[in-house]
Amino acid sequence: MAEKSKVAFYWCASCGGCEEAMVDLAEDILQVVEKAEFVLWPVAMDFKREDVENLKDEEILVTFINGAVRTSEQEEMVRLLRKKSKILIAFGACAYTGGVPGLANCYSREEILNFYYKSGDTVFNPEDKKPTPHFIEGNFAFEIPEFYGRVYAVDQVVDVDYYIPGCAPTRKVVKNAIDALFSSQLPQKGSILGASSKSLCNECPLNETKPEKIYVKKFKRVDKTQPEPDKCLLIQGYPCLGPVTRGGCEALCVKANYPCTGCFGPLDDVKDYGAKAVSFLASIIDSNDEKEIEKIIDEGLSNPLAIVYRYSLPKSLIFDTKIKKNGG
Amino acid sequence: MNNNNNKFEPKILGIFCNWCTYLAADLAGVSRMDYPANIRIVRTMCSGRVDPQFIFWGFKNGADGILIGGCHPGDCHYIEGNYKTLRRYLLLKRVLKEIGINEKRLRLEWISASEGEKLQRVVREFTEEIRSLGPITEDRAFKLNLIEHKK
Amino acid sequence: MQHKITIDPITRLEGHGKIEIFLDEKGNVERAFLVVPELRGFEIFVKGKPAEDMPIITARICGVCPTAHHMASTKALDDLYKVQPPSPAKKLREMLYNMFMLEDHALHVYILGGPDFIVGPKAKKAERNVLGVIQKVGLEVGKKVISVRREIRELMTLLAGKVIHPAWGVPGGVTRGIKKEEVVNFIKVAEKGVEFALFTLKVFKDIVLSNKEYVDLILSDAYTHRTYYMGLVDENKKLNFYDGKIRVVDPEGKEYALFDVRNYREYIAEHVENWTYIKFPFLKKVGWKGFVDGKDSGIYSVAPLARLNACEGISTPRAQEAYEEFYKTLGGKPVHHTLANHWARVVEMIYAAERFLELAKDPEITSDNIRNIPTETPTVGIGVVEAPRGTLIHHYETDERGYITKANLIVATQNNSARISMSIDKAAKSLIKEGKYDEGILNMVEMAFRAYDPCHACGTHSLPGNIPVLINIRNKNGEIIKTIKNFE
Repeated sequence: MAEKSKVAFYWCASCGGCEEAMVDLAEDILQVVEKAEFVLWPVAMDFKREDVENLKDEEILVTFINGAVRTSEQEEMVRLLRKKSKILIAFGACAYTGGVPGLANCYSREEILNFYYKSGDTVFNPEDKKPTPHFIEGNFAFEIPEFYGRVYAVDQVVDVDYYIPGCAPTRKVVKNAIDALFSSQLPQKGSILGASSKSLCNECPLNETKPEKIYVKKFKRVDKTQPEPDKCLLIQGYPCLGPVTRGGCEALCVKANYPCTGCFGPLDDVKDYGAKAVSFLASIIDSNDEKEIEKIIDEGLSNPLAIVYRYSLPKSLIFDTKIKKNGG
Repeated sequence: MNNNNNKFEPKILGIFCNWCTYLAADLAGVSRMDYPANIRIVRTMCSGRVDPQFIFWGFKNGADGILIGGCHPGDCHYIEGNYKTLRRYLLLKRVLKEIGINEKRLRLEWISASEGEKLQRVVREFTEEIRSLGPITEDRAFKLNLIEHKK
Repeated sequence: MQHKITIDPITRLEGHGKIEIFLDEKGNVERAFLVVPELRGFEIFVKGKPAEDMPIITARICGVCPTAHHMASTKALDDLYKVQPPSPAKKLREMLYNMFMLEDHALHVYILGGPDFIVGPKAKKAERNVLGVIQKVGLEVGKKVISVRREIRELMTLLAGKVIHPAWGVPGGVTRGIKKEEVVNFIKVAEKGVEFALFTLKVFKDIVLSNKEYVDLILSDAYTHRTYYMGLVDENKKLNFYDGKIRVVDPEGKEYALFDVRNYREYIAEHVENWTYIKFPFLKKVGWKGFVDGKDSGIYSVAPLARLNACEGISTPRAQEAYEEFYKTLGGKPVHHTLANHWARVVEMIYAAERFLELAKDPEITSDNIRNIPTETPTVGIGVVEAPRGTLIHHYETDERGYITKANLIVATQNNSARISMSIDKAAKSLIKEGKYDEGILNMVEMAFRAYDPCHACGTHSLPGNIPVLINIRNKNGEIIKTIKNFE
């Protein structure tokens, strides 16, 4: 590209890890800056909303959005950026599938607010105050955004062109994704950028120790067991999600002897990561007897939600719905 | 969708194995054993084909209850399919519970090709059970996540 | 006529912070508020999850300091299962932790907070960024910052799985040790780190302390609050980031409390306001007296300056020297000047690097004995570390199978939220008089913010080191009558 393209990087309900992932490009970021002019990067650039509003529609070539959508302010920003961008990319697990904060979808707004401002262990709130949008006290009028009743992935709010997986995306993945974007031929809409199209096991150093068929009599938890190094974690009995998780991360957690928790999300053609993970974990249970199966589940997978849906609950088929006006 | 607010008619999705439960439903039909019309039946080649994604998809798309029908242990046409189903079903129920969907809305039954009566009894029982639970939109997961239900 | 001023620094404290300033009839500041518009609900949605997953899940609270959450969480698990890690595992954890403190502080000193001083508070905005820093200190130094930080983060990845969200800590130890052939690299990078930290102190002294204007700024009243200070100390009351007791000193520097984190609820409570999602922790026994400082107000402060105030020295030689010089120059303990946080951060960098080197050279560091398997039934576990931005507490309760029934977190940045509010209030009151406001308020507000280095996906990675600030001055009807901004 001869002329510099306009690029934006924005965050919603995120932890900042995705911003760090960009900064971890270190020397490579200079190559990005050669090709692109950042028009919006709240941590790094002059920015105000009007600047974006004043741009022509689709004037920004690429907008990267990280973080899930949970407040009215985030929703407004995402909609605005969609309008102004030719290409919009969900960057990282939260934007892509809802992420860890998406686990909050099993709890109501009231339960969360109530703990934080009322019943929590250290809360001292005799006047029963709580954050209130459009709050007025005497002469003071405040505006804080509306806290929605659930977490949304970005494509439940606006149309998304591409996805970059990972919590957080690794340096290599970010670099691959950017290279793909600046290549002469754009990938097909809806593609996952920067990662592998095969499962994590394919790049795992322990793959050689994995037998053809895996059966597990007892699922282990790391609380009271220590994973052995240099041996497939699945055959040791850890619910490692490598087989149903997209590769591309270089198996970093497994190299630290920790089972994969699935942050790169599903493989192609899988709509619901958690459902697939249930299917896979159940299929390797080594028993055909109902009572025994129950016992195996009780001991190792008793509350499986956070294992199978750790990064993708808002995109479970049950929850996969477009945002309502004002987030509800 | 019935517009009669006083009477909730549950919608039941049946996912039946081609080799057993589906034939049992056939048998019930030709033997004039009536069972509630609430059930819509989908045939799969084996209960082992039932991907948990189907279950979520069904609940999202209007089912108040889902009944999986497979072959008795030892009878699977494909040797092991029904055991896989059993394991998936038991683990999936835990996930439903945590998500906030009454796990009783999902049921697995072994019904062979000759058990027309069992099929009739199970469908009746299950329909009544779901009726007493009320529409799935009353479940926590649906209420919290503002999910519209296709009727 | 009442005005409302909104300052929107588009950078984040648990999301994206906003400052609201209200003027009275005469146009003087009636009150200023720090508004934090976000909340994610971690304490609620971890319920029912396996306790051993907490170090992985809670790391996602913050991608800037995931190692702090991972470690506080892992220590809470030790306590939950009543298990002590073997000595090599403790050392590995403390080493990783000091590596993290070093790279995180370095980022702040050079890229976020540093430009205020290194380039100068009066410099053009366009220059007050990391590029300006590089110009001032030279390209070689700039490269050194980037490379030292990258090397440390690569080693952290090797050891703990990922640098942005580690997968490593388990009750009673860690999942991976250091192989004999790997330790050479750790020592090499640690030596570089010590050299780099000492060099940073020199840069700070050359540029900041030799300049009277800067020193006056540090000492100025607008940035001075006499609050309590909190930090972790070891058994000799020396500074420690990874472990120890929580010590609180009063505004005169006298020890007010020294307690085990298990008793934190006796000392810390959180105040709630209607106009923000952030809570304001305070010392329970002293009480919440509003946004005021002094001995009768329960407001306390955390982070580098607070830690130095709360300890009685540093166990490593070069850091101890730097610590003594710090207090000698600023007129004894405690120091109440918010901007001294920048200097304190450099002192802490030296300690982190020296401690990293000590541990990397420790013969036990390559031991295979990295885990004691818990046998106890879990009930309650409370863990603490000093995050770069202050004391961080994780508290879990579980059923007998180790599934979470309750969680409570006291997050580092929250500890400073009341003091940040006071800084804003003071800056506003000193700069806005009778309806006249000075553009300088932008700078003052930015600097107050940056000194605390508010975390939560904050501007730690702020490349130009410039927090864009927009102030809207509104009349009663909410119409904007004037806008001041610090960017073009």
